[in-house]
Amino acid sequence: MTTQVAEANTPINPVEPFLRMDRMPHIWCPGCGIGTTVNCFARALTSSGYDLDKVAIVSGIGCTGRVAGYLNLDSFHTTHGRAIPFATGLKLANPELKVVVYSGDGDLIAIGGNHLIHAARRNIDITVVCVNNMLYGMTGGQVGPATPNTAIASTAPYGAFEQPFNLPFLADSCGAVYVARWTSYHVRQMTRAMREAMAKPGFSFIEIVAPCPTLYQRRNRLGDGLDAMKYYKQRSTRKDGASTRDVDIDFQGDIVVGKFIDRERPTFLQAMNHRFTERLGSRYTPYPTGLED
Amino acid sequence: MSAATQAGAVKKKKKKYQGRIYVDRERCKGCGFCVEFCPFGALELETDYNAKGYHPPFLAHEDKCNGCDLCGLYCPDFAIFSEKIRVED
Ligand SMILES: Cc1ncc(C[n+]2csc(CCOP(=O)(O)OP(=O)(O)O)c2C)c(N)n1
Ligand code: SF4
Ligand code: SF4
Ligand code: SF4
Ligand SMILES: [Mg+2]
Repeated sequence: MTTQVAEANTPINPVEPFLRMDRMPHIWCPGCGIGTTVNCFARALTSSGYDLDKVAIVSGIGCTGRVAGYLNLDSFHTTHGRAIPFATGLKLANPELKVVVYSGDGDLIAIGGNHLIHAARRNIDITVVCVNNMLYGMTGGQVGPATPNTAIASTAPYGAFEQPFNLPFLADSCGAVYVARWTSYHVRQMTRAMREAMAKPGFSFIEIVAPCPTLYQRRNRLGDGLDAMKYYKQRSTRKDGASTRDVDIDFQGDIVVGKFIDRERPTFLQAMNHRFTERLGSRYTPYPTGLED
Repeated sequence: MSAATQAGAVKKKKKKYQGRIYVDRERCKGCGFCVEFCPFGALELETDYNAKGYHPPFLAHEDKCNGCDLCGLYCPDFAIFSEKIRVED
């Protein structure tokens, strides 16, 4: 039977304990994919069983950047592009924390791109969830570094003509130890990837292709959020272990999804301890890495 | 196999779980994700409107829902979720 939530003694939505209910309803448009990813993140946290007092979430600015402000965790809504440096400081000062960066494509790979590449290179032990709606959503749908060629954006009225970044390839080449891509259609796989990425020591990166019906879908006459979800369902192919070089997304083309990279590499703090111990021997007291059992 | 035994075999198959669906009609923005991606086609959108002018979903086919909660995972507005109920049969 269908029950109205207003009735007494009804169970609450499993995502609600993770939300700041006083801030609901959220600002996201009908059919926006960001909310769906939040459900998955909440379930990933539930099944991981982490002490939620030890989970921190950091966002930059944008529609996706709102996630930190909506989650009922220790959350930080930083300035545009600076989620990763903030998260880096947070993690290095408090290695026992699970630090998750949750932000948009523009925030993470345009203005924040330099931080992304260096955090991956240094293997900072954080998880980055990048919701890729292929443009700057919050500010009105401007072209960005993830906008596919020929797609219309408010600042690309004749279609984008710059080469976009292939996000998994970027993260992989810079040294990320876990790299996956899913779409907002792949809710179970995304949930699992979030759990795996948080459990993985080192820099993990998950791209989630998601609809922005208000700006991307509408300007490109691609219908609404549901049409985008149907497109993801029809045109996604799972290729775990695929070479990230080969996973570009063309405008409305096939989308390769899956776990592409899962490798071992010392984290920044492990490498630091190793080097200092090598040089200084017993004069050096290893710094906690958060990975001691 | 005769038609009679077939029917018998079907009868023996016990349905172990049934779903219960909770909808917060006023939160819904009518995106249709839940209806489209319910693996069993158990949901439909109401013809009625909520206060924001959207058509919220309802469990149109009770027997089809097993409480898998995919609708809950998909809903970007946190407006629907399900509960799995064990049914002794
Ligand atoms: C320093 C600075 N520059 C520009 C902006 C304006 N601004 C706000 S959000 C945004 C882009 C967000 O795009 P993205 O990260 O892809 O998030 P989305 O809204 O698409 O989820 C920009 C450019 C800002 N807030 N601060
Ligand atoms: S503008 Fe786009 S990304 Fe932002 S809330 Fe609306 S649909 Fe989502
Ligand atoms: S719980 Fe599963 S079967 Fe039931 S309505 Fe939701 S998606 Fe469909
Ligand atoms: S997924 Fe949520 S918002 Fe969309 S129609 Fe279903 S209940 Fe409404
Ligand atoms: Mg974006």
